[in-house]
Amino acid sequence: MILRGTAHKYGKNVDTDVIIPGRYCNLIDPVELGKHALEDLDVNFIKKVKPGDLIVADTNFGCGSSREVAAVALKGAGVSGVVAKSFARIFYRNCINTGLPIFECPEGVDGISDGDKITVDADSGVVTNETSGKQYKSTQLPPFMQELIEMGGLLRYVERRLSDKPQVA
Amino acid sequence: MARPMTMTEKILAAHAGKAELAPGDIVSITLDLVMANELSAAVAITEFRKIKGATRVHDPEKIALVPSHFTPNKDIATATLSTLMRDFAKEQKITNYFEVGRGGIEHVVLPENGMVGPGETIIGGDSHTTTYGGIGAFATGVGSTDIAAAFAIGEMWLRVPPSLKVVYEGHLRPYVHGKDLILHTIAEIGVDGATYAAIEFTGPVIKELPMSGRFTMANMSIEAGAKNGIFPVDATTEAYCAAVGKKNYTIFRADPDAQYTRTITIDCSKIEPQVAVPFLPENQKNASDLSDITISQAVIGTCTNGRIEDMRQAAEILKGRKVHPDVRAIVIPGSQKVYMQCIKEGLAEIFVEAGCVLSTPTCGPCVGGHMGVLSAGERCISTTNRNFRGRMGHVQSEVYLAGPYVAAASAIAGHICGPEQLAAEVPA
Repeated sequence: MILRGTAHKYGKNVDTDVIIPGRYCNLIDPVELGKHALEDLDVNFIKKVKPGDLIVADTNFGCGSSREVAAVALKGAGVSGVVAKSFARIFYRNCINTGLPIFECPEGVDGISDGDKITVDADSGVVTNETSGKQYKSTQLPPFMQELIEMGGLLRYVERRLSDKPQVA
Repeated sequence: MARPMTMTEKILAAHAGKAELAPGDIVSITLDLVMANELSAAVAITEFRKIKGATRVHDPEKIALVPSHFTPNKDIATATLSTLMRDFAKEQKITNYFEVGRGGIEHVVLPENGMVGPGETIIGGDSHTTTYGGIGAFATGVGSTDIAAAFAIGEMWLRVPPSLKVVYEGHLRPYVHGKDLILHTIAEIGVDGATYAAIEFTGPVIKELPMSGRFTMANMSIEAGAKNGIFPVDATTEAYCAAVGKKNYTIFRADPDAQYTRTITIDCSKIEPQVAVPFLPENQKNASDLSDITISQAVIGTCTNGRIEDMRQAAEILKGRKVHPDVRAIVIPGSQKVYMQCIKEGLAEIFVEAGCVLSTPTCGPCVGGHMGVLSAGERCISTTNRNFRGRMGHVQSEVYLAGPYVAAASAIAGHICGPEQLAAEVPA
């Protein structure tokens, strides 16, 4: 899968409260959530984001709350993936579980400016800055997590576990 | 010869059915408790319904559901989520459902009802699930899909975290408690200083720290990015377990030669009452250096500092004094039990006499939900755990984090104030 779009670049410690503020956490619909994505960090984000665009950010992206709607809101806004120097752990899990592709790529983040056109090969993790022509390699996911994604996510893994269970007579 | 292990590694090994494991290993662990609140449960239940072959939860006795965040329901959207959770609890025969008026904030409710214990594994659909590390459990926050999976199979996959150790030496100065220690620690290691890692809190000062302070510190481990924070089990822990009726638990101790990625020693004798200024919990200052910061609101309570010991600290300051005319002080006991205890001990009267709002338990203001949302330009001193931009309301409002002594003293003074300065400024 190839992700292609404009890079929207942000700094360190982008927390879940600015990704989707608490006042919207009683929403469930991805499209409704998406309308408020990153609202408290950048009011113009939702006006300028186009389907397929990517977020590029510094360290500790997604720190704070366990709210899974943070990942869902970004997807709802049309974001196809996030490239960051590092991710907070609950957000990282939530992205794997909800199918928002994420890439740890410190060099790539340094080599991408706000507004650059970028592509990411989700399978190889290669990040290309189409504007500058430079390429960067992201950190490989551990094999187990790759399997989870290939299987179709955590719930498919759970289904497999449930069907493996011996039937109780 | 088995590999020496940390406390976290031993708990995970026991729940993964392994004699030993090491940081970086990916294992599936059995879970002793799976917790969710109305926000995380609503999404989890929706996901659970999508799992083919899952009609019943794995074990209803090992699930706890606690309406807490926007309760009593602040609007129709919240009421709808709460109903979804309540109906699921009935359908699945989940008896550990804590209705509004009989529970409170999850991280205060579960320990006081003997639902978490040493050596157990607990996950929760709330990042502050790390709180239960205070009792010596492995406890971590996860998102709703992980909760749905755990509802179905009672297990969770995880990467074994490396451990870092913090040793607290010296002695505590007056008015310095768990909140001050953890704010100081987060400043020391940074908001991503423990990402993916376990923090083990040890040292002579910890041995003297009551359970309330341990819960406060474990609660905020996540603010350093940690997977979990954990305290060694000692006589204080065991006395607490006995008092709340927690039985049948296993004590795991770190091996003396266990490996830590980092050991940090903190001399507590140098720590004054602390404040974290906007917009990160690592922005540490001494309360005594911030007297030019005026405030319009003070919040005392929540999962971080909503236990009876916290209420007593606030009351000690508020007794015989009046909240500053320009300040709204909002006191929120963390559970119905704490609320009742506040009434029995006369603390409720002290709060109301001083001019505070005394709310029933809710996470409300901490998440900018209700019961104290801020307008543009307002500042709040708060015993909560996050001071991110817009956390308590308008994006141009500000939250300053502190313990109950500093929050109460500031409510009286009208500006950020340590308890010792208050005594000079506004004698009781």
